[in-house]
Amino acid sequence: MALAFFFYFSGVIVLTSVLVVALRNPIYSAISLLIMFFHVAGLYVTLHAEFLAAVQIIVYAGAILVLYLFVVMLLNVKREERYHAQFPLAALLGVTILTEVLMLAILRGFSSEPLPTLGGAGQADQATGNTETIGEVLYSTYLFPFEVASLILLVAMIGAIVLAKKDIGLASRNQ
Amino acid sequence: MIPLSAYVAVSAVLFATGLIGVLIRRNFIIVLMSVEIMLNAANINLVAFSHYLESMAGQIVALFVIAIAAGEAAVGLAIIIVVFRGRLSTNVDELNLLKW
Repeated sequence: MALAFFFYFSGVIVLTSVLVVALRNPIYSAISLLIMFFHVAGLYVTLHAEFLAAVQIIVYAGAILVLYLFVVMLLNVKREERYHAQFPLAALLGVTILTEVLMLAILRGFSSEPLPTLGGAGQADQATGNTETIGEVLYSTYLFPFEVASLILLVAMIGAIVLAKKDIGLASRNQ
Repeated sequence: MIPLSAYVAVSAVLFATGLIGVLIRRNFIIVLMSVEIMLNAANINLVAFSHYLESMAGQIVALFVIAIAAGEAAVGLAIIIVVFRGRLSTNVDELNLLKW
């Protein structure tokens, strides 16, 4: 049963990610990206990362993708007619990297010996839930990276406002 | 029981797709979407290893990756809007303003 879910989610993820790259209309690409995000969240659930699945849907599908769709519709981007001229080089590079990683994963990976466990910070046990464990680890061990991430989000917000605001210098000069 | 390498394989396919998308598409918005695909590939890898190594660290880092992706999308789309306002094009080939 878990295997069926895994194959469904990974198959749809691969299909929709290819569609994002291949489709000519940016709106269709954005919708494919939405479907991909939902199925990545499903893949997280099969890995028992329920909190991250929820964050994936709320942040990626709810916030980032809406931003993309908003910009696509705001700019009224037309269909582009052709791919970049460096298509053969790009395909060669992508296929090379893909074969390398797949060979590493398959040659090494399908041996059935168990992996060593790291344990340590916040081992997820059955008594406490996934969200509770993440909260405890995030606000104790990873407190400083958490604060840095909030600072990065603040800087990104200010940067986006400064960039997109029209004539920010002119308005202050005219007053 | 699904082997770890199955998740790594899905992540590799996703990353290669995103890489090809960055390289072959001429639309700036699609290029940013391909970057999001690559970040998702990294996230799948992190969460899979976090599950199989029984450590919470991977999920925390994946959470930070999502936060960075949100910031990147905001700034990237702001840049697209500024460029589009001046030149009426989102084609990456024509964005050579800083080329010396």
